[in-house]
Amino acid sequence: MKRLEFSFSGTGGQGVILLGVIMAETAINEGLNALQSQCYGPEARGGASRCEVIISDEEIYFPKVQNPNYVLCLSQAAANKYAVNLKEEAVLILDDRIELNAEPGTSNIYYLPILDTARNEIGKEITANIVSLGILQEITKLFSKEAMITSVLHRVPKGTEAINTAAIEAGVQLVKQWHEKKS
Amino acid sequence: MENKALLMQGNEACVRGALYAGMKFYSGYPITPSTEIAELSAEYLPTVGGTFIQMEDEIAGIAAAIGASIAGKKSMTATSGPGFTLKQENLGYAVMAEIPLVIVDVQRGGPSTGLPTQSAQGDVMQAKWGTHGDSAIIALSPNSVTETFYLTVRAFNLAEKYRTPVILLTDEVIGHAREKIFLPEAGEIETFDRLGPLEDRPYIPYGVEEGDIVPRFAPFGTGHRYNITGLFHNEQGFPSNSQENAQIMLQRIHDKLNGEDIIDFESLYCDDAEYVFLSYGSTSRSAIAAVNQLRKEGYKVGLFRPITIWPSPEKQIKELASRVGEICVAEMNLGQYFLEVQRLACGDTKVSHMGRANGDILVPEEFVARAKEYFNER
Repeated sequence: MKRLEFSFSGTGGQGVILLGVIMAETAINEGLNALQSQCYGPEARGGASRCEVIISDEEIYFPKVQNPNYVLCLSQAAANKYAVNLKEEAVLILDDRIELNAEPGTSNIYYLPILDTARNEIGKEITANIVSLGILQEITKLFSKEAMITSVLHRVPKGTEAINTAAIEAGVQLVKQWHEKKS
Repeated sequence: MENKALLMQGNEACVRGALYAGMKFYSGYPITPSTEIAELSAEYLPTVGGTFIQMEDEIAGIAAAIGASIAGKKSMTATSGPGFTLKQENLGYAVMAEIPLVIVDVQRGGPSTGLPTQSAQGDVMQAKWGTHGDSAIIALSPNSVTETFYLTVRAFNLAEKYRTPVILLTDEVIGHAREKIFLPEAGEIETFDRLGPLEDRPYIPYGVEEGDIVPRFAPFGTGHRYNITGLFHNEQGFPSNSQENAQIMLQRIHDKLNGEDIIDFESLYCDDAEYVFLSYGSTSRSAIAAVNQLRKEGYKVGLFRPITIWPSPEKQIKELASRVGEICVAEMNLGQYFLEVQRLACGDTKVSHMGRANGDILVPEEFVARAKEYFNER
Protein backbone atom coordinates (compact mmCIF):
# COMPACT_ATOMS: atom_id res chain seq x y z
CA MET A 1 0.00 0.00 0.00
CA LYS A 2 1.41 3.36 -1.01
CA ARG A 3 1.50 6.38 1.23
CA LEU A 4 -1.98 7.78 1.89
CA GLU A 5 -2.45 11.24 3.33
CA PHE A 6 -5.49 12.38 5.32
CA SER A 7 -6.56 15.84 6.43
CA PHE A 8 -9.28 16.16 9.06
CA SER A 9 -10.46 19.60 10.03
CA GLY A 10 -13.18 21.24 12.04
CA THR A 11 -13.76 23.65 14.88
CA GLY A 12 -11.71 23.30 18.04
CA GLY A 13 -13.67 20.90 20.28
CA GLN A 14 -15.18 18.77 17.51
CA GLY A 15 -12.65 16.04 18.18
CA VAL A 16 -10.78 15.98 14.89
CA ILE A 17 -7.49 15.25 16.71
CA LEU A 18 -9.00 12.18 18.37
CA LEU A 19 -10.39 11.17 14.99
CA GLY A 20 -6.85 11.21 13.59
CA VAL A 21 -5.37 9.44 16.57
CA ILE A 22 -7.89 6.58 16.25
CA MET A 23 -7.31 6.36 12.49
CA ALA A 24 -3.54 6.13 13.01
CA GLU A 25 -3.91 3.67 15.85
CA THR A 26 -6.14 1.40 13.77
CA ALA A 27 -3.52 1.40 11.01
CA ILE A 28 -0.80 0.43 13.47
CA ASN A 29 -2.94 -2.32 14.98
CA GLU A 30 -3.34 -3.66 11.43
CA GLY A 31 0.45 -3.82 10.99
CA LEU A 32 0.85 -0.65 8.92
CA ASN A 33 2.90 2.46 9.66
CA ALA A 34 1.16 5.66 10.62
CA LEU A 35 2.01 9.18 11.67
CA GLN A 36 -0.44 11.66 13.17
CA SER A 37 0.19 15.34 13.74
CA GLN A 38 -1.81 18.51 14.10
CA CYS A 39 -1.80 22.17 13.23
CA TYR A 40 -2.82 23.99 16.31
CA GLY A 41 -2.35 27.32 17.96
CA PRO A 42 -4.42 30.34 18.85
CA GLU A 43 -6.38 29.78 15.62
CA ALA A 44 -7.35 26.26 16.71
CA ARG A 45 -9.45 27.50 19.60
CA GLY A 46 -12.74 28.38 18.00
CA GLY A 47 -11.26 28.67 14.53
CA ALA A 48 -10.26 25.92 12.12
CA SER A 49 -8.18 23.11 13.61
CA ARG A 50 -6.59 20.44 11.50
CA CYS A 51 -5.27 16.98 12.15
CA GLU A 52 -3.06 15.13 9.69
CA VAL A 53 -2.59 11.39 9.32
CA ILE A 54 -0.21 9.52 7.03
CA ILE A 55 -0.65 5.76 6.56
CA SER A 56 1.72 3.53 4.60
CA ASP A 57 3.10 0.01 4.57
CA GLU A 58 6.53 1.55 4.02
CA GLU A 59 8.60 3.76 6.32
CA ILE A 60 7.11 7.24 6.65
CA TYR A 61 9.91 9.78 6.37
CA PHE A 62 8.51 13.20 5.52
CA PRO A 63 6.16 13.79 8.47
CA LYS A 64 3.72 16.33 6.98
CA VAL A 65 0.71 16.10 4.70
CA GLN A 66 1.23 17.98 1.43
CA ASN A 67 -1.31 16.54 -1.02
CA PRO A 68 -4.02 14.72 0.92
CA ASN A 69 -5.84 11.79 -0.64
CA TYR A 70 -8.78 12.19 1.74
CA VAL A 71 -10.01 15.50 3.15
CA LEU A 72 -12.78 15.68 5.72
CA CYS A 73 -14.21 19.02 6.90
CA LEU A 74 -16.74 19.42 9.70
CA SER A 75 -17.10 23.19 9.72
CA GLN A 76 -17.45 26.03 7.24
CA ALA A 77 -14.28 27.74 8.49
CA ALA A 78 -12.33 24.49 8.10
CA ALA A 79 -13.64 23.99 4.55
CA ASN A 80 -12.78 27.55 3.60
CA LYS A 81 -9.19 26.91 4.65
CA TYR A 82 -8.58 23.25 3.83
CA ALA A 83 -11.01 22.25 1.03
CA VAL A 84 -8.99 24.15 -1.57
CA ASN A 85 -6.13 23.31 -3.96
CA LEU A 86 -6.74 19.59 -3.65
CA LYS A 87 -5.41 17.15 -6.19
CA GLU A 88 -7.80 15.89 -8.83
CA GLU A 89 -8.09 12.37 -7.43
CA ALA A 90 -8.57 13.54 -3.84
CA VAL A 91 -11.76 12.53 -2.04
CA LEU A 92 -13.49 15.40 -0.23
CA ILE A 93 -15.96 14.63 2.56
CA LEU A 94 -18.05 17.55 3.80
CA ASP A 95 -20.76 18.02 6.35
CA ASP A 96 -23.81 18.83 4.25
CA ARG A 97 -24.27 22.26 5.79
CA ILE A 98 -21.00 23.44 4.30
CA GLU A 99 -21.05 25.58 1.16
CA LEU A 100 -17.91 25.62 -0.89
CA ASN A 101 -16.81 29.19 -1.56
CA ALA A 102 -13.98 28.19 -3.84
CA GLU A 103 -13.20 25.48 -6.37
CA PRO A 104 -11.79 22.56 -4.33
CA GLY A 105 -9.76 21.06 -7.18
CA THR A 106 -11.53 17.70 -7.07
CA SER A 107 -14.99 16.55 -8.13
CA ASN A 108 -15.03 13.51 -5.82
CA ILE A 109 -17.18 15.09 -3.14
CA TYR A 110 -19.42 13.52 -0.52
CA TYR A 111 -21.96 15.83 1.16
CA LEU A 112 -23.14 13.93 4.22
CA PRO A 113 -25.30 14.99 7.20
CA ILE A 114 -22.53 14.22 9.69
CA LEU A 115 -23.40 16.70 12.43
CA ASP A 116 -27.17 16.12 12.09
CA THR A 117 -26.69 12.36 12.36
CA ALA A 118 -24.51 12.74 15.46
CA ARG A 119 -26.96 15.12 17.10
CA ASN A 120 -30.30 13.61 16.13
CA GLU A 121 -29.68 9.94 15.44
CA ILE A 122 -26.95 9.21 18.01
CA GLY A 123 -28.13 11.93 20.35
CA LYS A 124 -24.75 13.54 20.98
CA GLU A 125 -23.13 16.04 18.66
CA ILE A 126 -19.68 15.20 20.05
CA THR A 127 -19.90 11.81 18.31
CA ALA A 128 -19.51 13.56 14.91
CA ASN A 129 -15.85 12.50 14.88
CA ILE A 130 -16.78 8.85 15.42
CA VAL A 131 -19.51 9.03 12.76
CA SER A 132 -16.73 10.36 10.53
CA LEU A 133 -14.60 7.30 11.28
CA GLY A 134 -17.44 5.08 10.07
CA ILE A 135 -17.62 7.19 6.91
CA LEU A 136 -13.87 6.92 6.31
CA GLN A 137 -13.99 3.19 6.94
CA GLU A 138 -16.74 2.69 4.34
CA ILE A 139 -15.13 4.95 1.74
CA THR A 140 -11.51 3.83 2.09
CA LYS A 141 -12.10 0.17 3.04
CA LEU A 142 -8.63 0.34 4.56
CA PHE A 143 -9.51 -1.78 7.56
CA SER A 144 -12.33 -4.01 8.64
CA LYS A 145 -15.20 -2.34 10.49
CA GLU A 146 -14.39 -4.55 13.48
CA ALA A 147 -10.80 -3.27 13.59
CA MET A 148 -12.09 0.30 13.55
CA ILE A 149 -14.62 -0.38 16.32
CA THR A 150 -11.95 -2.06 18.46
CA SER A 151 -9.68 0.97 18.34
CA VAL A 152 -12.55 3.39 18.91
CA LEU A 153 -13.60 1.50 22.04
CA HIS A 154 -9.99 1.54 23.23
CA ARG A 155 -9.96 5.36 23.19
CA VAL A 156 -13.44 6.42 24.34
CA PRO A 157 -14.65 6.66 27.97
CA LYS A 158 -16.08 3.57 29.63
CA GLY A 159 -19.86 3.47 29.44
CA THR A 160 -19.98 5.06 25.98
CA GLU A 161 -19.29 1.86 24.03
CA ALA A 162 -22.86 1.49 22.75
CA ILE A 163 -23.28 5.01 21.36
CA ASN A 164 -19.81 5.00 19.80
CA THR A 165 -20.42 1.67 18.09
CA ALA A 166 -23.75 3.07 16.86
CA ALA A 167 -21.92 6.19 15.61
CA ILE A 168 -19.57 4.06 13.49
CA GLU A 169 -22.52 2.14 12.06
CA ALA A 170 -24.34 5.38 11.31
CA GLY A 171 -21.30 6.65 9.42
CA VAL A 172 -21.12 3.49 7.34
CA GLN A 173 -24.83 3.83 6.52
CA LEU A 174 -24.45 7.48 5.44
CA VAL A 175 -21.98 6.42 2.76
CA LYS A 176 -24.14 3.49 1.64
CA GLN A 177 -27.18 5.78 1.32
CA TRP A 178 -25.10 8.33 -0.61
CA HIS A 179 -24.03 5.67 -3.09
CA GLU A 180 -27.60 4.40 -3.47
CA LYS A 181 -28.84 7.93 -4.16
CA LYS A 182 -26.11 8.39 -6.77
CA SER A 183 -26.77 5.16 -8.64
CA MET B 1 9.13 -12.02 20.90
CA GLU B 2 8.08 -8.71 19.44
CA ASN B 3 6.29 -6.30 21.74
CA LYS B 4 3.02 -4.70 20.81
CA ALA B 5 3.16 -1.70 18.50
CA LEU B 6 1.91 1.46 20.17
CA LEU B 7 0.93 4.84 18.78
CA MET B 8 2.83 7.37 20.87
CA GLN B 9 3.65 11.06 20.83
CA GLY B 10 7.31 12.14 20.83
CA ASN B 11 6.97 13.95 24.14
CA GLU B 12 5.46 10.86 25.73
CA ALA B 13 8.29 8.71 24.35
CA CYS B 14 10.67 11.08 26.12
CA VAL B 15 8.93 10.53 29.46
CA ARG B 16 8.76 6.75 28.90
CA GLY B 17 12.47 6.74 28.06
CA ALA B 18 13.27 8.76 31.17
CA LEU B 19 11.33 6.35 33.35
CA TYR B 20 13.02 3.39 31.65
CA ALA B 21 16.39 4.97 32.47
CA GLY B 22 15.37 5.38 36.10
CA MET B 23 14.14 8.96 36.36
CA LYS B 24 12.85 9.60 39.87
CA PHE B 25 12.50 13.37 39.83
CA TYR B 26 11.11 15.99 37.48
CA SER B 27 10.83 19.67 38.14
CA GLY B 28 9.99 22.32 35.61
CA TYR B 29 7.69 24.98 34.34
CA PRO B 30 5.40 24.04 31.46
CA ILE B 31 5.82 25.66 28.07
CA THR B 32 4.54 24.80 24.59
CA PRO B 33 5.56 22.57 22.82
CA SER B 34 7.14 20.68 25.74
CA THR B 35 4.16 20.68 28.13
CA GLU B 36 3.20 17.02 27.62
CA ILE B 37 6.57 16.06 29.13
CA ALA B 38 5.64 17.81 32.38
CA GLU B 39 2.05 16.50 32.32
CA LEU B 40 3.06 12.89 31.81
CA SER B 41 5.92 13.08 34.31
CA ALA B 42 3.36 14.32 36.83
CA GLU B 43 1.13 11.38 35.99
CA TYR B 44 3.73 8.60 35.90
CA LEU B 45 6.39 9.56 38.47
CA PRO B 46 4.21 8.93 41.55
CA THR B 47 3.54 5.40 40.26
CA VAL B 48 7.26 4.56 40.47
CA GLY B 49 7.92 6.23 43.81
CA GLY B 50 9.22 9.36 42.13
CA THR B 51 8.46 13.03 42.63
CA PHE B 52 7.14 15.73 40.33
CA ILE B 53 7.22 19.40 41.24
CA GLN B 54 5.95 22.27 39.17
CA MET B 55 8.21 25.16 40.13
CA GLU B 56 7.54 28.89 40.00
CA ASP B 57 9.63 29.37 36.86
CA GLU B 58 12.16 27.73 34.56
CA ILE B 59 15.15 28.79 36.65
CA ALA B 60 13.74 27.08 39.72
CA GLY B 61 12.83 24.12 37.50
CA ILE B 62 16.42 23.29 36.68
CA ALA B 63 17.66 24.30 40.14
CA ALA B 64 15.39 21.79 41.88
CA ALA B 65 16.38 19.09 39.39
CA ILE B 66 20.05 19.74 40.18
CA GLY B 67 19.26 19.50 43.88
CA ALA B 68 17.46 16.19 43.45
CA SER B 69 20.37 14.82 41.43
CA ILE B 70 22.76 15.82 44.20
CA ALA B 71 20.55 13.78 46.50
CA GLY B 72 21.11 10.81 44.19
CA LYS B 73 17.92 10.84 42.11
CA LYS B 74 18.02 10.72 38.32
CA SER B 75 16.44 14.04 37.36
CA MET B 76 15.03 15.76 34.33
CA THR B 77 13.58 19.11 33.35
CA ALA B 78 11.99 20.06 30.01
CA THR B 79 11.32 23.34 28.31
CA SER B 80 11.34 25.21 25.02
CA GLY B 81 13.36 28.19 23.70
CA PRO B 82 12.40 30.96 26.14
CA GLY B 83 12.72 28.62 29.12
CA PHE B 84 15.95 27.15 27.80
CA THR B 85 17.44 30.64 27.89
CA LEU B 86 16.45 31.03 31.53
CA LYS B 87 18.05 27.70 32.44
CA GLN B 88 21.47 28.56 31.05
CA GLU B 89 23.11 29.83 34.23
CA ASN B 90 22.19 26.74 36.22
CA LEU B 91 23.16 24.57 33.27
CA GLY B 92 26.67 25.97 33.69
CA TYR B 93 26.50 25.24 37.40
CA ALA B 94 25.74 21.59 36.63
CA VAL B 95 28.68 21.49 34.19
CA MET B 96 31.04 22.99 36.77
CA ALA B 97 29.82 20.97 39.76
CA GLU B 98 29.56 17.84 37.55
CA ILE B 99 25.93 17.06 38.33
CA PRO B 100 24.19 14.42 36.16
CA LEU B 101 21.03 15.89 34.69
CA VAL B 102 18.86 15.69 31.56
CA ILE B 103 17.49 18.91 30.06
CA VAL B 104 14.98 18.60 27.23
CA ASP B 105 14.49 21.49 24.82
CA VAL B 106 11.57 20.94 22.46
CA GLN B 107 12.49 23.71 20.04
CA ARG B 108 9.96 26.23 18.73
CA GLY B 109 10.31 29.35 16.62
CA GLY B 110 12.25 32.23 18.18
CA PRO B 111 13.89 34.60 19.19
CA SER B 112 11.92 35.49 22.32
CA THR B 113 8.43 33.96 22.62
CA GLY B 114 8.51 33.62 18.81
CA LEU B 115 6.22 30.99 17.30
CA PRO B 116 4.96 28.94 20.27
CA THR B 117 3.22 26.20 18.29
CA GLN B 118 5.62 25.83 15.38
CA SER B 119 8.88 24.09 14.89
CA ALA B 120 12.45 25.35 14.66
CA GLN B 121 16.04 24.30 15.17
CA GLY B 122 17.25 27.68 16.34
CA ASP B 123 18.65 26.59 19.71
CA VAL B 124 21.53 24.55 18.32
CA MET B 125 24.20 27.10 19.12
CA GLN B 126 22.53 28.04 22.40
CA ALA B 127 22.79 24.40 23.44
CA LYS B 128 26.54 24.58 22.82
CA TRP B 129 27.39 28.11 23.94
CA GLY B 130 24.36 29.35 25.90
CA THR B 131 25.98 29.23 29.30
CA HIS B 132 28.98 31.41 30.05
CA GLY B 133 32.59 30.35 30.40
CA ASP B 134 34.40 27.58 28.54
CA SER B 135 31.62 25.11 29.00
CA ALA B 136 31.49 21.57 27.62
CA ILE B 137 28.20 19.88 26.84
CA ILE B 138 26.55 16.84 25.29
CA ALA B 139 23.46 17.40 23.12
CA LEU B 140 21.48 14.67 21.34
CA SER B 141 18.97 15.22 18.54
CA PRO B 142 16.27 12.60 17.77
CA ASN B 143 14.43 12.43 14.43
CA SER B 144 11.54 10.13 15.38
CA VAL B 145 9.33 9.09 18.26
CA THR B 146 11.23 5.82 18.64
CA GLU B 147 14.58 7.59 18.63
CA THR B 148 13.26 10.06 21.22
CA PHE B 149 12.72 7.11 23.56
CA TYR B 150 16.17 5.62 23.00
CA LEU B 151 18.02 8.94 23.09
CA THR B 152 16.35 9.89 26.36
CA VAL B 153 17.61 6.64 27.89
CA ARG B 154 21.02 7.42 26.41
CA ALA B 155 20.93 10.99 27.72
CA PHE B 156 20.47 9.65 31.26
CA ASN B 157 23.20 7.04 30.74
CA LEU B 158 25.71 9.60 29.49
CA ALA B 159 24.75 12.06 32.24
CA GLU B 160 25.39 9.41 34.88
CA LYS B 161 28.56 8.03 33.32
CA TYR B 162 30.22 11.38 32.65
CA ARG B 163 28.66 13.36 35.52
CA THR B 164 27.42 16.05 33.20
CA PRO B 165 24.20 17.69 32.11
CA VAL B 166 22.98 16.25 28.81
CA ILE B 167 20.63 18.17 26.52
CA LEU B 168 17.98 16.36 24.50
CA LEU B 169 17.46 18.82 21.66
CA THR B 170 14.25 17.88 19.96
CA ASP B 171 11.69 20.03 18.13
CA GLU B 172 7.94 20.63 17.83
CA VAL B 173 7.50 18.27 14.86
CA ILE B 174 9.06 15.30 16.65
CA GLY B 175 7.68 16.26 20.07
CA HIS B 176 4.09 16.38 18.88
CA ALA B 177 4.00 13.71 16.16
CA ARG B 178 2.44 10.40 17.06
CA GLU B 179 4.12 7.37 15.49
CA LYS B 180 4.51 3.66 15.85
CA ILE B 181 6.85 2.53 18.59
CA PHE B 182 7.80 -0.82 20.14
CA LEU B 183 8.87 -0.24 23.72
CA PRO B 184 11.68 -2.48 24.98
CA GLU B 185 11.16 -4.77 27.96
CA ALA B 186 12.80 -3.88 31.28
CA GLY B 187 16.45 -4.91 31.14
CA GLU B 188 16.48 -5.15 27.35
CA ILE B 189 18.67 -2.08 26.94
CA GLU B 190 21.44 -0.99 29.26
CA THR B 191 20.90 1.67 31.89
CA PHE B 192 23.80 3.16 33.76
CA ASP B 193 23.95 4.41 37.35
CA ARG B 194 26.64 6.81 38.54
CA LEU B 195 29.43 5.15 40.51
CA GLY B 196 29.35 5.58 44.29
CA PRO B 197 32.30 5.99 46.69
CA LEU B 198 34.73 3.10 47.23
CA GLU B 199 34.40 1.70 50.71
CA ASP B 200 38.06 0.84 51.33
CA ARG B 201 39.37 4.41 51.30
CA PRO B 202 38.43 7.94 52.34
CA TYR B 203 35.98 9.67 50.01
CA ILE B 204 37.50 12.52 48.01
CA PRO B 205 34.46 14.27 46.43
CA TYR B 206 36.25 15.67 43.37
CA GLY B 207 39.22 13.30 43.18
CA VAL B 208 39.30 10.91 40.22
CA GLU B 209 40.23 7.34 41.16
CA GLU B 210 42.70 5.56 38.94
CA GLY B 211 40.90 3.96 36.03
CA ASP B 212 37.83 6.20 36.47
CA ILE B 213 36.71 8.97 34.12
CA VAL B 214 35.02 11.21 36.68
CA PRO B 215 34.87 11.64 40.46
CA ARG B 216 32.67 9.15 42.27
CA PHE B 217 29.36 10.50 43.50
CA ALA B 218 28.23 10.32 47.10
CA PRO B 219 24.61 11.48 47.19
CA PHE B 220 23.87 14.09 49.84
CA GLY B 221 22.19 12.48 52.77
CA THR B 222 24.19 9.24 52.66
CA GLY B 223 26.71 10.17 55.34
CA HIS B 224 29.42 11.95 53.38
CA ARG B 225 29.75 15.62 54.20
CA TYR B 226 31.24 17.71 51.46
CA ASN B 227 30.91 21.00 49.62
CA ILE B 228 29.52 21.59 46.12
CA THR B 229 30.10 24.94 44.44
CA GLY B 230 30.03 26.64 41.06
CA LEU B 231 33.41 28.18 41.88
CA PHE B 232 36.53 26.40 40.75
CA HIS B 233 37.15 23.94 43.52
CA ASN B 234 39.77 21.58 44.86
CA GLU B 235 39.39 17.83 45.24
CA GLN B 236 37.56 18.34 48.52
CA GLY B 237 34.97 20.49 46.74
CA PHE B 238 35.99 23.74 48.46
CA PRO B 239 36.52 26.93 46.44
CA SER B 240 40.02 27.36 45.08
CA ASN B 241 41.58 30.39 43.44
CA SER B 242 44.57 28.39 42.24
CA GLN B 243 45.06 29.07 38.54
CA GLU B 244 46.93 25.83 38.14
CA ASN B 245 43.97 23.96 39.62
CA ALA B 246 41.49 25.90 37.43
CA GLN B 247 43.36 24.93 34.29
CA ILE B 248 43.57 21.25 35.21
CA MET B 249 39.94 21.11 36.34
CA LEU B 250 38.43 22.74 33.26
CA GLN B 251 40.63 20.66 30.98
CA ARG B 252 39.39 17.51 32.70
CA ILE B 253 35.74 18.63 32.28
CA HIS B 254 36.42 19.07 28.56
CA ASP B 255 38.51 15.94 28.09
CA LYS B 256 35.94 13.63 29.69
CA LEU B 257 33.61 14.38 26.77
CA ASN B 258 36.11 12.88 24.32
CA GLY B 259 34.65 9.47 25.20
CA GLU B 260 34.30 7.34 22.05
CA ASP B 261 30.82 6.19 23.07
CA ILE B 262 29.45 9.75 23.08
CA ILE B 263 29.50 10.34 19.32
CA ASP B 264 26.58 8.84 17.40
CA PHE B 265 25.51 9.44 13.81
CA GLU B 266 23.70 7.95 10.82
CA SER B 267 25.34 7.77 7.43
CA LEU B 268 23.02 7.04 4.50
CA TYR B 269 24.60 6.31 1.09
CA CYS B 270 27.63 8.43 2.03
CA ASP B 271 30.20 5.85 0.86
CA ASP B 272 30.05 6.76 -2.82
CA ALA B 273 28.16 10.06 -2.59
CA GLU B 274 29.31 13.14 -4.46
CA TYR B 275 26.75 15.44 -2.90
CA VAL B 276 25.89 15.08 0.78
CA PHE B 277 23.12 16.62 2.84
CA LEU B 278 23.94 17.11 6.48
CA SER B 279 20.80 17.33 8.55
CA TYR B 280 19.50 16.40 12.00
CA GLY B 281 16.24 16.18 13.94
CA SER B 282 12.93 16.48 12.09
CA THR B 283 14.55 18.12 9.04
CA SER B 284 16.52 14.94 8.38
CA ARG B 285 13.23 13.14 7.71
CA SER B 286 12.72 15.27 4.61
CA ALA B 287 16.35 14.68 3.67
CA ILE B 288 15.97 10.88 3.88
CA ALA B 289 12.84 10.99 1.69
CA ALA B 290 14.70 13.12 -0.88
CA VAL B 291 17.90 11.06 -0.84
CA ASN B 292 15.97 7.82 -1.36
CA GLN B 293 14.17 9.36 -4.34
CA LEU B 294 17.36 10.83 -5.84
CA ARG B 295 19.18 7.49 -5.51
CA LYS B 296 16.35 5.80 -7.44
CA GLU B 297 16.95 8.35 -10.18
CA GLY B 298 20.66 7.54 -10.16
CA TYR B 299 22.06 10.59 -8.41
CA LYS B 300 25.02 9.95 -6.10
CA VAL B 301 23.70 11.72 -3.04
CA GLY B 302 23.96 10.87 0.62
CA LEU B 303 22.80 12.00 4.03
CA PHE B 304 24.99 12.44 7.08
CA ARG B 305 22.93 12.85 10.24
CA PRO B 306 24.61 13.80 13.51
CA ILE B 307 22.62 12.16 16.32
CA THR B 308 25.06 13.47 18.91
CA ILE B 309 25.20 17.06 17.72
CA TRP B 310 27.48 18.24 20.56
CA PRO B 311 30.27 17.33 20.69
CA SER B 312 30.01 17.24 16.89
CA PRO B 313 31.16 14.13 14.98
CA GLU B 314 34.37 15.95 13.99
CA LYS B 315 36.29 12.99 12.63
CA GLN B 316 33.42 11.84 10.40
CA ILE B 317 32.56 15.31 9.06
CA LYS B 318 36.24 16.03 8.29
CA GLU B 319 36.52 12.72 6.48
CA LEU B 320 33.39 13.47 4.43
CA ALA B 321 34.70 16.94 3.55
CA SER B 322 37.92 15.39 2.26
CA ARG B 323 36.13 13.42 -0.47
CA VAL B 324 32.71 14.82 -1.44
CA GLY B 325 31.92 17.60 -3.93
CA GLU B 326 29.64 19.55 -1.63
CA ILE B 327 28.03 19.33 1.78
CA CYS B 328 24.67 21.06 2.07
CA VAL B 329 23.66 21.71 5.68
CA ALA B 330 19.86 21.70 5.96
CA GLU B 331 18.27 22.95 9.16
CA MET B 332 15.29 24.94 10.42
CA ASN B 333 17.28 28.09 11.15
CA LEU B 334 19.21 30.68 9.20
CA GLY B 335 22.62 28.98 9.53
CA GLN B 336 23.85 27.51 12.82
CA TYR B 337 25.23 23.98 12.49
CA PHE B 338 26.32 25.26 9.08
CA LEU B 339 29.04 27.22 10.90
CA GLU B 340 30.29 24.09 12.66
CA VAL B 341 30.42 22.12 9.41
CA GLN B 342 32.23 25.00 7.68
CA ARG B 343 34.75 25.01 10.50
CA LEU B 344 35.33 21.29 10.17
CA ALA B 345 35.43 21.25 6.37
CA CYS B 346 38.01 24.02 6.59
CA GLY B 347 37.99 24.71 2.86
CA ASP B 348 38.33 21.04 1.87
CA THR B 349 34.95 21.14 0.14
CA LYS B 350 32.17 23.59 -0.53
CA VAL B 351 29.71 23.86 2.35
CA SER B 352 26.33 25.33 1.47
CA HIS B 353 23.24 26.01 3.53
CA MET B 354 19.53 25.45 3.11
CA GLY B 355 17.39 26.79 5.90
CA ARG B 356 14.24 28.50 6.96
CA ALA B 357 12.96 29.94 10.23
CA ASN B 358 9.23 30.54 9.72
CA GLY B 359 7.99 27.43 11.50
CA ASP B 360 7.73 25.33 8.33
CA ILE B 361 9.76 22.16 7.94
CA LEU B 362 11.90 21.93 4.77
CA VAL B 363 10.16 19.66 2.26
CA PRO B 364 11.75 16.80 0.23
CA GLU B 365 11.17 18.67 -3.06
CA GLU B 366 13.54 21.42 -1.90
CA PHE B 367 16.28 18.88 -1.24
CA VAL B 368 15.72 17.22 -4.61
CA ALA B 369 15.87 20.55 -6.44
CA ARG B 370 19.02 21.59 -4.60
CA ALA B 371 20.85 18.35 -5.42
CA LYS B 372 19.78 18.41 -9.08
CA GLU B 373 21.03 21.97 -9.38
CA TYR B 374 24.46 20.75 -8.24
CA PHE B 375 24.58 17.86 -10.72
CA ASN B 376 23.30 20.02 -13.60
CA GLU B 377 25.89 22.72 -13.06
CA ARG B 378 28.79 20.36 -12.56
